[in-house]
Amino acid sequence: MSNRVALARTDNAAELERFREIQRLCYECADEVAATLEPGVTEREACRRMRRWLLSRGVDDWLHTPFAWFGDRSAFRGFRVPTQFLPSNARLAEGMPYILDMAPVKDGYSADIGYAGVLGENRVWDRLDADLAGYRSLILRLVRERRPFAEIYAEVDALIERQGYQNRHSKYPGRVIGHQVGIIGGLLPKRVGFPFGVRFLQTIGRELVKERLEGRSPLWNGARQSQHPPTPGLWAVEPHLGFRGVGVKFEELLVVTEDDAFWLDDDLPHVHRWAARTGAA
Amino acid sequence: MTASATERAAGVRVRRVRGDGVDLAVYEQGDPARPTVVLVHGYPDTHAVWDEVAAGLADRFHVVRYDVRGAGASSRPFGRRRYTFAYLMSDLRAVLDATAPDRRVHLVGHDWGSIQSWEAVCTMPDRFASFTSISGPCLDHVAHWTRRALRRPTPRNLRRAAGQGLRSWYIYFFQTPLLPEALWRAGLARPFARALELTEGVAPRRGHPARTLPRDGAAGVGLYRANMPQRLRAPRDRRTTVPTQVIVPTRDLFVSPHLVGGLAERVPDLSLRPVAAGHWVPRSRPDSVARWVAEHIDRVSGGPRDAAAARTARRTRVAAGRRPFEGSLVVVTGAGSGIGRATALAFAERGAHVVAADVDLPAAERTAELAGVLGPAARAFGVDVADRAAMEDFAAAVERDLGVPDVVVNNAGIGMAGPFLDHTEDDWKRVLDVNLWGVIHGSRLFAAQMRRRGEGGHIVNTASAAAFTPSRSLPAYATSKAAVLMLTECLRAELKGDGIGVSAICPGIINTSITRTSRFVGRTPSQQEADRHRTARAYALRNFTPEAVAEQIIKTIHHNRAVTPVTPEAHLTHLLSRLSPRTLRLLARFNLA
Repeated sequence: MSNRVALARTDNAAELERFREIQRLCYECADEVAATLEPGVTEREACRRMRRWLLSRGVDDWLHTPFAWFGDRSAFRGFRVPTQFLPSNARLAEGMPYILDMAPVKDGYSADIGYAGVLGENRVWDRLDADLAGYRSLILRLVRERRPFAEIYAEVDALIERQGYQNRHSKYPGRVIGHQVGIIGGLLPKRVGFPFGVRFLQTIGRELVKERLEGRSPLWNGARQSQHPPTPGLWAVEPHLGFRGVGVKFEELLVVTEDDAFWLDDDLPHVHRWAARTGAA
Repeated sequence: MTASATERAAGVRVRRVRGDGVDLAVYEQGDPARPTVVLVHGYPDTHAVWDEVAAGLADRFHVVRYDVRGAGASSRPFGRRRYTFAYLMSDLRAVLDATAPDRRVHLVGHDWGSIQSWEAVCTMPDRFASFTSISGPCLDHVAHWTRRALRRPTPRNLRRAAGQGLRSWYIYFFQTPLLPEALWRAGLARPFARALELTEGVAPRRGHPARTLPRDGAAGVGLYRANMPQRLRAPRDRRTTVPTQVIVPTRDLFVSPHLVGGLAERVPDLSLRPVAAGHWVPRSRPDSVARWVAEHIDRVSGGPRDAAAARTARRTRVAAGRRPFEGSLVVVTGAGSGIGRATALAFAERGAHVVAADVDLPAAERTAELAGVLGPAARAFGVDVADRAAMEDFAAAVERDLGVPDVVVNNAGIGMAGPFLDHTEDDWKRVLDVNLWGVIHGSRLFAAQMRRRGEGGHIVNTASAAAFTPSRSLPAYATSKAAVLMLTECLRAELKGDGIGVSAICPGIINTSITRTSRFVGRTPSQQEADRHRTARAYALRNFTPEAVAEQIIKTIHHNRAVTPVTPEAHLTHLLSRLSPRTLRLLARFNLA
């Protein structure tokens, strides 16, 4: 199908390996920048560190420029207008949760990752993070069952409510829990326009039209447009939970094929963290 | 001077102790080997005002009382000079030397007994292990408090200062020469006893008011003349390290409860026990006073304590950075989801021990788990509020395991919509059983516990904006909620005297799971599902969160409001229901469900 040619060929191991590399690069960046975060650092400073780190390693374009949310901004508390997502001068302090989110493009291959952490101790964060693990397996299971995206969204919502949390991914543009990514190309300049890459906007715009004709959407939310079985391709999935001013999320690439699905990479910091926690318990 | 027959029966031993130029009548009971509690009476009382409290303490403590100079069977020196703090302190020291020479005692003072006890714990802290003050402030603190209020003359400060100023009318009068004594001797004692009965509900009994009241009243005026003007004019910097508990009667006609403001700066180890009672608490609530004194002593000396006592100690303790519901026990029904869960978590976040009850036990357990993350460990109970026996077991289990709750939120409820004629009898039974009987059971069982404990509390019932908004689409639901509202109002009137606040919350349209579990009567299952979906969507779009309701519940308790409409639409219909019921009747005809 046309979209697979344009975005990502999930049956091509070499291509998947390229995506895996860029995703690993992102997590390496997140790990290294997170290690440098200390009390007093601002969101803008953290984003600057991520951007420089990635640029120095060959990143040449962005789906969106890096984001960082500190404290209750990690749960999008009081967010009403889109500009509030942009990095602010909020400072990190002891016990504060944070989220780093980056989506670089290198040689056309893109990844979009979210990385949640906490500076020091925070019981609420620990609880949320432990529960977040369940969403990774739940989503994968439901996608494998080829349940319509909108239904999966509703199932995730139901679990969030049962657990007493708030759905924070509904705050994202388009209320998305995920969106398609792939190879970003085009003729437009590699510029960034508040805060999305111009070429990414072009690609996603094209896909929106193309998929619409087939009754699907490259954006995954709970609306009617997502009332279709999982589309083969690469999906950046980003469940985001909030509770009492603490937000956690993970975002990583899910590979959806015609009849199966799997996470692009299991060798990720949050996967190891969760495994260590269940091992310790 | 001998012990009366009743005192002899209570095992009271009487002796005379030589004070500073006076003979003091000292009354002891209980085993002298046990820790000593000294009870100091006020004006115009004698040691006998403590009879009930002393009896309540005597089986655990060595209880010492004495008639202060000028009162009862002790000497009555002439002239105000003989009543200064210096003499009073010498007397107290003499009593301590005679009854508990080699150890620190637990001091309890009421009224003037408390005023002089403050002087004692501030000037000789090494003699006291603990102090319980009832209705008698430190005079120096009062002077500082008044000055501070006048230096920052905000309306509230002025109101409070004026409030204490008015309560102190008799103090000014007592400065008048001769007239007070003359009045006491001319027969003021009889109207005094009568006033005590009328205003405090304290009936005369043997020993109180004392037969010596005319003489006590006349001599004791010296206390006011010798000390008050001096200390109020030139207050000293009085502080104490003795662990202090202040029992604060909120309906005291003579001592404003606001006087404890700023006290923590001078008393690092301070606990406050507000009680809905008048000035003579030792007479009106002797059991409570004895229990609180014992609890305070246990806390200070590390004695045996159950979970409830440990929690109470945290609740009463004044400390910087203390969360507002620290040490409080809060019971929430319907705590498995929605407003109930958000309320439980809001309390936990403020330091409360939460009991989360829900018919869905796993949901309640989840709430308790989250509450435990935000605050102290919480408990979950699976209980159907409509089931009388289950509720009785639940209330008994809470009291037995955790103690008497300070706040109860009767929140569990179900929704039901549809035309009246489509409601079956079972529909009505179910909605009334949960929404009304659930509240009745919760209020009945826990109010009884609160009254027995005598430390007040608060009951919040979740009604609804439907309680005052007629609607053709919610006949059963609105009826049940209107009943809850009226029940709340009645209960509020009745429990006011016990210091128990009762409030109704009328939320309006809140985005909770009630829409997904509501019953739409007279519909096929598929229609019902569609209705639920549609309503849930509408409620989600309205997007008023249960967390916002929980904040209102906390505020309602803080201000002890009777009825709190929450959402703007609830406010509007509440207003309309009073201003223009006809408008609401008109709107009721539209099918909004």
